[in-house]
Amino acid sequence: MSYPDDLRYSKEHEWVRVDGSQATIGITSFAADELGDIVFVELPEPGATLAQFATFGVVESVKAVSDLYSPVSGAVTEVNEALRDSPELLNSDPFGEGWIVRVELAETSELDALMDAEAYAAETG
Amino acid sequence: MTYSPHTDADRERMLEAIGVSSVEDLFADIPAAVRAGSWAIPAPLAEQEVRSELSRLAGRNRLPEVSFLGAGAYRHLVPSVVGEVIGRPEFSTSYTPYQPEVSQGTLQSIYEFQSLICELTGMEVASASHYDGATATAEAALMACRLTRRHRIAISAGVSPDYRRVLETYCSGPGVEVITVPVDLAEGGSGTTDPTAVTEALADDVACFVAAQPNFYGQLEPMPALAEAAHAAGALFVAVVEPTSLAILEAPGEYGADIVTAEGQPLGIPVSFGGPYVGLMAARMASVRQMPGRLVGATRDVQGRKGYVLTLQAREQHIRREKAASNICTNQALMALAATTYLTAVGPEGLREVAELGTTQARHLVGSLEAADVARRRFTGPYFAEVTMSVPDAAGCHAALAQRGIVAGHLPGTDEPALADTLLLATTELTTDEDIDRLVAALEETR
Amino acid sequence: MSVAEAPERRDASGRGAAFSGAAGGEELTIVEPLIFERSRATRRAVRFPTASARARERGAGQPELPASVLRSEAPRLPEVSELDMLRHFNRLAHLNHAIDLGFYPLGSCTMKYNPKVNEWAARLAGLAESHPLDPEALSQGSLELMWLLAELLKEISGFPAVSLQPAAGAHGELTGLLMARAFHRANGEGETRTKVLVPDSAHGTNPATATMVGYETVTIRSNERGGIDLGALRAALGPNVAALMITNPSTLGIFEDQIDQVVAAVRESGAIGYMDGANLNAILGRFRPGEAGFDVMHFNLHKTFSTPHGGGGPGAGPVGVSSRLEPFLPVPLPVLLEGDPEEVRRNAWAGRSTPGARFILDADRPQSIGKVRSFHGNFGMFVRAYTYIRSNGDAGLRRISDDAVLAANYLRMRLHDVYDLPYDRISKHEVVFSGRRQKRQHGVTTLDIAKAILDHGIHPPTIYFPLIVEEALMVEPTETESLETLDHFVGVMRDIAARAESDPESIRRAPTTTPVGRLDEAAAARRPDLRYTFAETGAPEAPPSVPTPAAPTA
Repeated sequence: MSYPDDLRYSKEHEWVRVDGSQATIGITSFAADELGDIVFVELPEPGATLAQFATFGVVESVKAVSDLYSPVSGAVTEVNEALRDSPELLNSDPFGEGWIVRVELAETSELDALMDAEAYAAETG
Repeated sequence: MTYSPHTDADRERMLEAIGVSSVEDLFADIPAAVRAGSWAIPAPLAEQEVRSELSRLAGRNRLPEVSFLGAGAYRHLVPSVVGEVIGRPEFSTSYTPYQPEVSQGTLQSIYEFQSLICELTGMEVASASHYDGATATAEAALMACRLTRRHRIAISAGVSPDYRRVLETYCSGPGVEVITVPVDLAEGGSGTTDPTAVTEALADDVACFVAAQPNFYGQLEPMPALAEAAHAAGALFVAVVEPTSLAILEAPGEYGADIVTAEGQPLGIPVSFGGPYVGLMAARMASVRQMPGRLVGATRDVQGRKGYVLTLQAREQHIRREKAASNICTNQALMALAATTYLTAVGPEGLREVAELGTTQARHLVGSLEAADVARRRFTGPYFAEVTMSVPDAAGCHAALAQRGIVAGHLPGTDEPALADTLLLATTELTTDEDIDRLVAALEETR
Repeated sequence: MSVAEAPERRDASGRGAAFSGAAGGEELTIVEPLIFERSRATRRAVRFPTASARARERGAGQPELPASVLRSEAPRLPEVSELDMLRHFNRLAHLNHAIDLGFYPLGSCTMKYNPKVNEWAARLAGLAESHPLDPEALSQGSLELMWLLAELLKEISGFPAVSLQPAAGAHGELTGLLMARAFHRANGEGETRTKVLVPDSAHGTNPATATMVGYETVTIRSNERGGIDLGALRAALGPNVAALMITNPSTLGIFEDQIDQVVAAVRESGAIGYMDGANLNAILGRFRPGEAGFDVMHFNLHKTFSTPHGGGGPGAGPVGVSSRLEPFLPVPLPVLLEGDPEEVRRNAWAGRSTPGARFILDADRPQSIGKVRSFHGNFGMFVRAYTYIRSNGDAGLRRISDDAVLAANYLRMRLHDVYDLPYDRISKHEVVFSGRRQKRQHGVTTLDIAKAILDHGIHPPTIYFPLIVEEALMVEPTETESLETLDHFVGVMRDIAARAESDPESIRRAPTTTPVGRLDEAAAARRPDLRYTFAETGAPEAPPSVPTPAAPTA
């Protein structure tokens, strides 16, 4: 399986897209497939502070529950409100419309602890 | 006697297929040091013998000829049709509807139950049932802690002492503090919770305030004011209600309850020495993910047909394990079905008749007792179908009447010393004029 | 597979018309309308008498209910005739599978036959109409029954004391852990012992209960033989551990063959040993946890002792405890106040009452954890369980376990060549297969297999549990299924395994004979529809389009 090249990936199957000081966070297609039909996402409040590799929310499928771990630290600037009514976006478009939160990136060097697409593909292969 | 179908030949065939010579071999994995010693279990009984034994025990109970006992369990008419439905083996000998394709009967009936409880309480969502009213109330209080992220609970002393004890036990687990808000129990007092006392008791870290309508002493609480006091303190308001009363009393959803709980026993379930009953719980949709217990939802099958499934299961213990909203698994589904069939059988008119007959007979009872000057009301203000009466030497009278097969209600003094010389008397649609005459006459005689 | 074993697929009800009328190939949108949709204003079933003139007169001076407490609109309960409602619920009944209709090998649930004499007993007016707060002098029969049942459960489990109060297994777990904590607090270790050890094969209720009691769950892995890993257990035990909760026989259907060492290690560490008694059905008369050194166990009366499961309850979850936990039992406790217990038992076993015996409910127990439920527990279940134990007696109880274990092992041997068996050991009450071979080789999942079983009039086993078995199929046949039924099930399972290979699509399409097909659980959870929505007030009450309902059988 291949994954978008412009993202960085965590072992917990979250991805992060960096655009200046803004970082967008989501879960990978691999994670979404493993969970199956996602029915609910518990989102943090805007303004909440996320710490790298700490939990920041929960994602539920019909028969499983999984914690969300933030790949980077930072303050939440925006949450994907569309997920409240359409959690299935995590299944249908995990790298696009299924993004979860945006944060103000606290520490760019944290990205070094994450994988590139090739390494992540190897990890999940 | 045993219900095993196996002949000796069957057993031989199975042993042979397994490849062992005796059933003992199948227990070889039990370490010798801990194999069972002897036990003193009596010999098997044939059906006629076991019936005789159970008849003996049933006969050792002496059912009262006249009873005004309620205090949390009420004798109502159980319509014949209710017994017919819950006696059907398709309902009684099935289990939790894990396979919805062959459980639509149970699932749809639970969906109907949830709908009926929402309608009665004026709430948006109801769970598929809890063990009883007391545990539902305790679970509601813990749910309020999760919703508010606070760790203290305030409860009116007008809630049943049994409920408060169960709440204390449940709260002792996670170390949640329980604060009791007093009720005015003085002779001639209101017999209700004072909203001012509530406001004082509600420090700003209280998760919820719990009050009962009608309260344990039969008095009607100022629920809108209590709800307001709770909300002003940032706490949720939990209303414990009596379900038949909701035919005529305001729905808790209308006066601002955030969670509603009830003992569903009055809805078609016999008193049966305390159980099985059914706990009701209803809440706002916004808090559904913190609601404990099973929920049934409507959906469609692959061909577009409407059907029902257990849903939002990720809240529950079998998926979320140590992070679950509660450990509840088995609930009281068959008793919920009894409540569903009861509410269907009586309908809105019948439920109103039940509530009105109960209150009419309560007023009749009080009027008669006061006219005969054998008892007087302890409190002022309106009451529903249960009433606290002051009677000199209440315990002595109660015991003397019990000897004659008359149960003069409950003795609140056992839990509340201030009410030592009172009787808590309940009436329902089954209370006859003659019952009231007999109680009055018996009390006159003991005077 | 021999041809003789190839079972016919038939409708899941075993009653033909009941289901085919509903499903029959036609595209019906509703199998049975909601009761609300049958409602017509002013239609009625049960009626009540009117109050007498005298009653109204005598109560006239009493305070009126103020308008402020009254509701403005009546609740919209259904308005139906008695026959219409009865048909509605009878039709719903036809949509259910049940023990009384067919095989129900739902693992971990002990779906055995629920004897009808139990129901007869529970409906005796002397018991069913007895009020929980009736004076003790009027309730001696109920109290004696509770006392006798507790005596029998003590004998069965080897514990010196029993409380009947918990309403279900999980409720018994809560009671047990609260007692464990009270014990540690009494010993000054309440603050230090904060962890509960739970094997990875445990029911979800175990860790959920630990959380409710304020404990932290530590998961102990299973070893390669499916038992608890003794090394891991010993390493985890210590001064901060409050209790071990262990299911024995385990959820793999396996007896913990080092249970003596497990108990010894727990005792030595100062922790409380909790045995989840969900699977007691396999070990009656063979293993008594109290005797073996456990401190507490819950019984599931709705599993081992045949009280009906009722579509998900009521159950009853009494707890047995060791003498060191006895002071902490919930109140009240039925006790024999006057009379010789030995004589009372002897008489009761002979069907006689004991003159002068007097039972009371003892609430004066200062170290008690309090109450876990209102009144005394699910009494109606006690009546059934007592009836069941007395019917079976000594020999019958032993036979229950012998035959239950025989049946589980028989199924293990008849099916282990077609379904993988990750832990191939002697079974107790159940056997756990894995559908991983079918999934990997043919793309047929365990869910597909379960759905295919439905088309044979059999309830599927428990699936995807325990969590440590991939694609788990947990089969508990119980002692009450005949060899013919077991053989039929073997045939069905072999047929499905064969079709998974030859025609996997037919398995993935299943079920096709049930009232509804596979339901969209994701849609149900994403946009929850949890109650009936009434049409807007004022809208004409148009009769809903009522499709041909499930035709009731003659």
